[in-house]
Amino acid sequence: MSTARSLPQELIEWRDIIRKRAVEVGLDFFEVTFEMVDYIEMNELAALGGFPTRYPHWRFGMEFDKLSKSYAYGLSKIYEMVINTDPCYAYLLTSNALMDQKLVMAHVYGHSDFFKNNVYFAHTDRRMLDRMANHAVKVRRYQEQYGVDVVEEFVDCCLSLDNLLDPHAAAIKRDSVPGKKPADADTVKKIPTKSYLDKYINPVEYLDEQKRKIEANRVQEASFPARPQRDVLNFLLQNAPLENWQRECLQIVRDEALYYLPQGQTKIMNEGWASYWHAKIMTGGILNDSEIIDFADVHSGTMAVQPGGLNPYKLGIELFRDIEDRWNRGRFGREWEECNDITKKESWDTKAGKGLEKIFEVRKLYSDLTFIDEFLTEDFCRRNKMFSFGFNKRSQRYEIESLEFNKVKQQLLSQLTNFGQPVIEVVNANYKNRGELLLIHRFDGAELREDYAQKTLTNLQKLWHRPVSIETLVEGKTMRLSYDGTNFHEDDLQESLSPDSAAGPKQK
Amino acid sequence: MGEDDKRLFSMSGIKRNHSRFLDIVKGKIRSNLKDFVSQGEMHGRQGGETVSIPVPQIDLPRFTYGTRQRGGTGQGEGKPGDPVSGEESEDGDQAGQGEKAGSESGDHEIEVEVSLEELAEMLGQELELPRIEPKGSKDITSRAHKYTDIRPVGPQSLRHFKRTYREALKRQVASGIYNPKNPVIIPIKSDMRFRSWAESPRPQTNAVIIYMMDVSGSMGDEQKAIVRTTAFWIDTWLKHQYKGVNRRFIIHDAAAKEVDEDTFFKTRENGGTLISTAYKLALDILDKDYPVDDWNVYLFHFSDGDNWSNEDTKLCIDLMRERMLPMSNQFAYGQVESRYGSGQFFKDLAENFQEEEKLVTTRISGRDDIYSAIGRFFKAGR
Repeated sequence: MSTARSLPQELIEWRDIIRKRAVEVGLDFFEVTFEMVDYIEMNELAALGGFPTRYPHWRFGMEFDKLSKSYAYGLSKIYEMVINTDPCYAYLLTSNALMDQKLVMAHVYGHSDFFKNNVYFAHTDRRMLDRMANHAVKVRRYQEQYGVDVVEEFVDCCLSLDNLLDPHAAAIKRDSVPGKKPADADTVKKIPTKSYLDKYINPVEYLDEQKRKIEANRVQEASFPARPQRDVLNFLLQNAPLENWQRECLQIVRDEALYYLPQGQTKIMNEGWASYWHAKIMTGGILNDSEIIDFADVHSGTMAVQPGGLNPYKLGIELFRDIEDRWNRGRFGREWEECNDITKKESWDTKAGKGLEKIFEVRKLYSDLTFIDEFLTEDFCRRNKMFSFGFNKRSQRYEIESLEFNKVKQQLLSQLTNFGQPVIEVVNANYKNRGELLLIHRFDGAELREDYAQKTLTNLQKLWHRPVSIETLVEGKTMRLSYDGTNFHEDDLQESLSPDSAAGPKQK
Repeated sequence: MGEDDKRLFSMSGIKRNHSRFLDIVKGKIRSNLKDFVSQGEMHGRQGGETVSIPVPQIDLPRFTYGTRQRGGTGQGEGKPGDPVSGEESEDGDQAGQGEKAGSESGDHEIEVEVSLEELAEMLGQELELPRIEPKGSKDITSRAHKYTDIRPVGPQSLRHFKRTYREALKRQVASGIYNPKNPVIIPIKSDMRFRSWAESPRPQTNAVIIYMMDVSGSMGDEQKAIVRTTAFWIDTWLKHQYKGVNRRFIIHDAAAKEVDEDTFFKTRENGGTLISTAYKLALDILDKDYPVDDWNVYLFHFSDGDNWSNEDTKLCIDLMRERMLPMSNQFAYGQVESRYGSGQFFKDLAENFQEEEKLVTTRISGRDDIYSAIGRFFKAGR
């Protein structure tokens, strides 16, 4: 960003002090480049997901519009932003007071440490700044060549599918050439024998059966992805009939979605970790007397929980503190789990002192899902007054459903599963033997939003060209929604007992 | 490459994205203009030169959970069955931190600022309205003042800093007292430059709109709301066509009086209806304030068409034929139909002025007709 300014002298000095403290407390981060931006630039960067150069797209403009208005009306203000690159880039708002800047810097070192060490970020491209800029160049060139509307419409279609990712995609190594098999796999092997014995050792019926099996195998292999494919985007990249520029655009959308994925998977931990450390560093000698009230004000504002809401900053920091406390006092392991004596448990303290070590380990190895699964305890849940809620159709409002630990945890885990998105897989790319694409929604208790599902099918069809379908639940019934390029069909799959294909579709 | 594309390529960064977004939104407004026209919601939001129009947020559809399908988890006081205040807020970015901007939210509306100019432009395009050719009076000019000039005298508050220092620099360089090693510039009185105005003559085409409305008992609130919305669009279009637009308002039942805009839309009377009184008053106003040679005159009359007597209708027709039609660009009569049915006046006009081009009559039976009524009013481009 051409207008971004480097830090004034005073902040450079504070940055060095805070950086030194961050190293002393054990943080191991990518170096951070701080830049000063005004609120317009901040909104601009935020709209672009933190990167100064991205491919042109209207949704960034929409985001910018929203942020600018919300800033103008005093509804929100972005304090800081940091992006996962090496070195990290972090932006400070020029209009902030010195105390705010110090706090933000401490917070940013926490994030940077997390980016560098958490395993879920291990596969992200730390030179994303360049990559995004390259994407921008490509898309702009395509727009010049094929027209803004054409390219944008296609990118819209891709974006509409960008949550159909396998969260573990980056860690999966695939066969470089799918379906590689021995050359003679298609021929029936005979058991070698004397010719006069041949018709007894290798009877004709057996050979015919083998032939049929191979044939069936071949058909099956040709008509199915070998296993259901969760990485729908990747499947489309490899198999959809796309032009080169379209494939490139799809690749760009997938790359960027994968890059942002870990941030969605570790929101609670990442924010909790950064908040834990800004609090620790700031109150460890960085603040002077006159700043302590302001600090408390900002910190508590960040940690505030709206009634009925859930603040990832708050949940994260509290869990990290809880873990630290438990491991400091030895409240873990078999002995602790098996102890039923409440009074004994209340005063339990083995002086284990492993707290700090443990939280560093946790920040390295866990994502939100596993973090909650392993460390959210009943005691914590009760202390923090957590509850689960749902929509009550009768009263037409959201109501608290349960305060019970298991239910709350279950609800929270299901929200975090698959980064909060439905699990959808490609099951058949030659559906009905007509080259149609069949997806399946692995139902886990919540239905898809139907109007969106239809529109998304429309977009998917534009990539696949042949008719596309998805099996999912609509109002409790297993349905297959299809779009063939002109019409929608809805088939009730429960009416026909065999859920797969057999029954002919009836038009709605 | 189209013109639009070229314009986009000339912009960089977020400006381009923002402008693209606004184009898309305006495209939506344009394609749904009919709905927006009949909505009439824009009055309250109108401020100065722009109106803000609520449009549904545009969203990228995805396979995603329905909001109500999924419950959530929260923190706070309460027991099972208690309502959760507010909707689930997944990210607590209220306090303003976060490394990533908030992700998309549900079915919110966004407000888009559209200038009246643009709105009129859209209206013109969608209804295929021709531009109005202003009549006569091209030689009438007014003078416009713009602060584009520079003078050596003026008040301190208008001092042009940069120009003053440039003058001083020139003088110092010329007189050899400028030292590049110690570049101190000290302006003296003769270096001072001040912003000043320049006058430019500007041809002026003025228009006056006289709105007349029947406020007799049979014109209910809904009918008035329709008139109000129609009047908004008439204003928008005519303001787009003329530099200066004056608006006058006349209400009438059995007697007519001139009122301000606010009263015009709020008054409700219970008397009978004598349309001629309004026409007479309109003529008085025109005679007094708006010499026909200099002004483009637009007369709009809204009524449910229940005139009191045939004699009065006759009088109206005479007034129109003799005076109003010759002096105006256009006379528009909108018959707003109420649940009491619609009156005779529409037919009377149609019978008497079959060949008259300046008279436009239309029936508005509901909000949905406003759009076509506007189209009818300005189809001829007068």
